[in-house]
Amino acid sequence: MSSVSATSAIRKTALNAVHRQMGAKMVEFNGWDMPVEYPAAIGCGIINEHMAVRTGVGIFDVSHMGDICLAGPQALAAVQHISMNDASRLAVGQAQYSALLYPEGTFVDDVIVHRLAEDEHLLVINAGTREKDFGWVRENTRQFDCAVENLSDDFTQIAIQGPKAVNLLQKLTDANLSPVKFYWVTRGKLCGIDNILMGRTGYTAEDGFEIYIPSDEGTSARVWYEILAAGEEFGAVPCGLGSRNTLRLEGSLSLYGHEISDTINVWEAGLDRFCKMEKQEFVGRVALEQARVAGLKRTLVGLEMTERGIARDDYKVLDTAGREIGYVTSGSPAPFLKKNIALAYVPVELAAVGTAVKIEIRGQGVGAVVVPTPFYKRPKKSKL
Amino acid sequence: MAYPTDRKYTKEHEWIQVNGTSATVGITDYAQQSLGDIVFVETPKVGAELTAGKSFGTVESVKAVSDLFSPASGTVTEVNGDLATSPEKVNTDAHGAWMLKLTLKNPSELDGLLSAADYEKFVAEEAGH
Repeated sequence: MSSVSATSAIRKTALNAVHRQMGAKMVEFNGWDMPVEYPAAIGCGIINEHMAVRTGVGIFDVSHMGDICLAGPQALAAVQHISMNDASRLAVGQAQYSALLYPEGTFVDDVIVHRLAEDEHLLVINAGTREKDFGWVRENTRQFDCAVENLSDDFTQIAIQGPKAVNLLQKLTDANLSPVKFYWVTRGKLCGIDNILMGRTGYTAEDGFEIYIPSDEGTSARVWYEILAAGEEFGAVPCGLGSRNTLRLEGSLSLYGHEISDTINVWEAGLDRFCKMEKQEFVGRVALEQARVAGLKRTLVGLEMTERGIARDDYKVLDTAGREIGYVTSGSPAPFLKKNIALAYVPVELAAVGTAVKIEIRGQGVGAVVVPTPFYKRPKKSKL
Repeated sequence: MAYPTDRKYTKEHEWIQVNGTSATVGITDYAQQSLGDIVFVETPKVGAELTAGKSFGTVESVKAVSDLFSPASGTVTEVNGDLATSPEKVNTDAHGAWMLKLTLKNPSELDGLLSAADYEKFVAEEAGH
C-alpha cells in the first residue's frame, strides 16, 4: 500500500467541498480530485449534463486548468516565439487557440492565448501539464524582456456553457455581454466582485463563458451557488468531467495525452489552421517545415461505429482484412448525436471519408467508418 | 436502497433469483448507480455455458466498461432482448431489468453468495472507502 503518498499528493480546487456537498461522484484526474458527474437525483448524470449544455446551460469547475501570465515590453515577442499561432493578430481583449511545441514540432501543450493588454498575455493551459508548461515557458522566454508568472493558484475558473450561457451570466454582471464576440474577453462586476475577467471561450463546442474569480473557498462557493441559482430558469445544471469529455469529443476538440502529445506533430493532429508558418520563427517551426516536405504518414480522423459496440481510448483500429492500422485516441457514445463516435490515428491512405475500418473490441473486429469532423457543429447565432 | 430478499448477491454486484433449477441474473442498484448512464449491455447467446465467477458479458456506461460475472454455472436459456434497444432500463430498474436466465448446473454453488442484508452491509463498507 502506498496510499499515503498517493492521497497526500492529490490536489483540490476551492470548490471541492461544494462538489462533495452536492453529491458529485469524484475521481482522480491528472492529480486532481474532480467531479466526474453529479447525481441523478438533481437531474444530472453524464447524459443529462451533456444535453443541458447542448440545449440550455451547464456549469463546470475548471479551476484545475493553469494560467501563465507574460508581461513586459517583449511579452508579445516571447509569446510569438513559444506558440504556433500568430499572436500579433490579436487585438487587446481577444483570444486565440494555439499550442506550445517542442523543437520536433510535437506538443508541449495546447493553450488559449489571451491578449489582456498591449504588453500582457495570459496563457490558459491544461491541468496535467501545469508544472511542465510553466518550466518550459520560463526556459524558452529567458531571452525576452518579460516577466513570466504562474497564476494557476490565483483563480477559481468556472465555465458556463451552452446556448443560454450568455443569458445566465448577463443576470450576474454589469458588463454588457451582447457585443462580446466568440474568443473575446471582457471585464466587469460579477456577483458583486469588481474587475472579473470573463472570456467568451470554452471546451464544449457551444457558446459560453469562462470566468476567473478569486480562488478563496468562500468566494468560490458563493459565486458557484449564485450562478446555479441564476440559471434555474434556464434549467442550468452542474457538470463534471464526464460530460466535458463527451461534449468536447462531439466537437472534435483535441485533448492533451489523447489527440495531441509529445509524439504527435501539428500536421498529424490536423491543427494546420492554428499554425502560422508565415509568421516569424517559433519553436518547432523548422521540424514542421521538414515534416511537411517529408509528407504525412498518419492523420487524425473521425470514426462512427456502424455495428453495435463502443470504441474506447487506445482500442486498436483494424483494416477490413483485420490488420492493425492505428489506434483510437478518444472514443465514447455521443449523447446528443446518439451515435458511438471516436477519434483515431490511421495511415493517410485510409483516412478518406467513407473508408470502412474495424475497431477491435474485446477481441472482435466491430465495423466503423471514417466520417467528417467535427461530429457536431453548433448552429450559428447565440446572441443575448 | 432496499435490496430484494428473494435473491442472492455477489461481491461483484450481480443478483441471482432462483426458481427451482432455473435462475435469473442481473446487476444491483448499487452497480447501476456506480456505473452511471448505461448505454450498452452485452450478453451471451442462448445455449452458452456459464461458469460461476467467470465473465459472461459486459455492461458499458458512457464512461466505462465493466465485466459481468456469473453468480452460478449453467446454460443460458433466455436473454433480455429489451436491453439491446433500451439499456437505460438498468438505470431505472436494476432489480427488474434482468439480463439472462439460465438452467443451474450445481445449485449448491449459491450457498456461498450473500443475502440481501449481507450485501447491503458489504456495499455500505465499499462506499465508505
